[in-house]
Amino acid sequence: MTAPRTLYDKIWDDHVVHQAEDGTCLLYIDRHLVHEVTSPQAFEGLRMTGRTVRAPEKTIAVPDHNVPTTAGRDKHIDNEESRIQVEALDKNAKDFGINYYPVSDIRQGIVHIVGPEQGWTLPGMTVVCGDSHTATHGAFGALAHGIGTSEVEHVLATQTLIQKKSKNMKVEITGSLRPGVTAKDITLSVIGATGTAGGTGYVIEYCGQAIRELSMEGRMTVCNMAIEGGARAGLIAPDEKTYQYVMGRPHAPKGAKWEAALAYWKTLFTDEGAHFDKVVTIKGEDIAPVVTWGTSPEDVLPITGVVPAPEDFTGGKVEAAKRSLDYMGLTPGMKLTDIAIDTVFIGSCTNGRIEDLRAAAAILKGKKIKVKRAMVVPGSGLVRAQAEEEGLAQIFIDAGFEWRLAGCSMCLAMNPDQLAPGERCAATSNRNFEGRQGRGGRTHLLSPAMAAAAAITGHLTDVREMMSEQV
Amino acid sequence: MDKFTTLTGIAAPMPLVNIDTDMIIPKQFLKTIQRSGLGKNLFDEMRYTQDGQEIPDFVLNQPAYRSAQILVAGDNFGCGSSREHAPWALLDFGIRCVISTSFADIFYNNCFKNGILPIVLPQDQVDILMADAKKGANARVTVDLAAQTVTSSDGQSFAFEVDPFRKHCLLNGLDDIGLTLEKAAAIDTFEKKVATLRPWA
Ligand code: SF4
Repeated sequence: MTAPRTLYDKIWDDHVVHQAEDGTCLLYIDRHLVHEVTSPQAFEGLRMTGRTVRAPEKTIAVPDHNVPTTAGRDKHIDNEESRIQVEALDKNAKDFGINYYPVSDIRQGIVHIVGPEQGWTLPGMTVVCGDSHTATHGAFGALAHGIGTSEVEHVLATQTLIQKKSKNMKVEITGSLRPGVTAKDITLSVIGATGTAGGTGYVIEYCGQAIRELSMEGRMTVCNMAIEGGARAGLIAPDEKTYQYVMGRPHAPKGAKWEAALAYWKTLFTDEGAHFDKVVTIKGEDIAPVVTWGTSPEDVLPITGVVPAPEDFTGGKVEAAKRSLDYMGLTPGMKLTDIAIDTVFIGSCTNGRIEDLRAAAAILKGKKIKVKRAMVVPGSGLVRAQAEEEGLAQIFIDAGFEWRLAGCSMCLAMNPDQLAPGERCAATSNRNFEGRQGRGGRTHLLSPAMAAAAAITGHLTDVREMMSEQV
Repeated sequence: MDKFTTLTGIAAPMPLVNIDTDMIIPKQFLKTIQRSGLGKNLFDEMRYTQDGQEIPDFVLNQPAYRSAQILVAGDNFGCGSSREHAPWALLDFGIRCVISTSFADIFYNNCFKNGILPIVLPQDQVDILMADAKKGANARVTVDLAAQTVTSSDGQSFAFEVDPFRKHCLLNGLDDIGLTLEKAAAIDTFEKKVATLRPWA
């Protein structure tokens, strides 16, 4: 009998091509996602060495980071460097014969939204991308993580990656979430509890009733931010919801292959008694809607809280908190709900899916925004089309939001969507680092519903108050 | 990739914790399609004012540290984005070694692919090296990869761990892809096996 294994152990074991004596493994990669910012040097490397892409049929490319989210971008991109990167991807996709969704394709969008949407991401697979939020795909029970450009080149050339196995960590969210609390609040609360380095060296498996109760979209939100907790990857065991989501997608298996796949997927769970090196348990009932106050995703507090003081921390965090408060322009003791917001950004691979737009629209319906600007950037062209069909787009527009084309946009502000110095933003994205959304820009991370609430009141707001209004 | 054997150089102190890759190289510099030339924008927003003037307080702008080859940094260095532009920028500036109590996973990996040695040491030893680095240009730290030691300017020596495979590649300047392609037969066999076991993949 084999020893009980975790989900991570199982996927890992099924992908080892070769294991060296010191434990370094050559791991086979089932899906390689590619975008325009971290790939040009890798393709250039292939050309210089006369190498080819080993498995172009398993390689999927889409421009997302750099693309403007305004009309006309399929004809012309003003910023020359951005245009060169997008054109380079167009050319590389063509020259190397890989699957490609150009800007002009309605299926274009953020790489981590497109992969699942098109059925490329399947349970039990290994998925990599030159992007740290590849962790998103772990929601399907796929081992998915970000890699650097040298590794992108390595995967292109060999369809493998040199890896050492990480340790196993279990994050269990017991019970159910309270109304107004979402997947985003779970994932931020976990980082708040473990710190941004708490997951370093681990692959996290999220489990527990509250996780099971999440939709696939919510699960993607949770896994997306595993990287913000420092983990190599986040995983959730596949179940009926997973199979339902995957079934019928363009690149999902069909017929006999579907049956075979399903039988295999049903073996993908952590065995009873399998060993975890670290376990974190959080009660679902204890999670409140949260926001970040500082410049690290671990700077998380319930919306009912107050801005902390540097003395509340220890070690290196004291200095970091001082610097954060200064950068964020906040005074200790101030109520979080008194923080005035200039801009609201709804989008990103964390919260740019249809369910996120529905959650925000539910709060916004029939209301007007009080912030200076607010934008929705759907995660893909298909999400955008669906939101238009469902009437969500009109709700956003009527409320005063800009309704944009798909892309990463103000999540990292490489395109023209940027904050001005000192401008304060409530964002559904995943990083509140200094300068992330534009030099000097101030970011508060929160859920789509909370972002919508802030848009209406003009300051950070406990969405639960608005929900009781609605009943 | 350049070999890394031994290095004796100026170490710059950066005690801040959680230095992320957005700080190391802000996104506006990711638009390049080359690997080189990023050194001038290393730590751009900490190093220059909005109109491009140097901020004199920033460590790498101080005369003593302008040619630093080693960084001694706070906990969780290199967290955030997977951008390999971060090690490219460090390398282009001239940094070949970063010492901290911990590194973010992807950044740590990326360093080895670019001939940069990331060294993890316990807090008390990092504290000693941090204090040493603060002495300025006369304090030269020596790193010996073969022996796996870091030695401060006053001769205190600390041993560090490094994965044997990575050490081998770094010492010899080896290209991973070339090494992996030597195992092409094993990859072929694996693909054949999976084609029957998991034909949908
Ligand atoms: S949406 Fe943001 S986090 Fe996601 S892939 Fe794009 S830039 Fe990265």
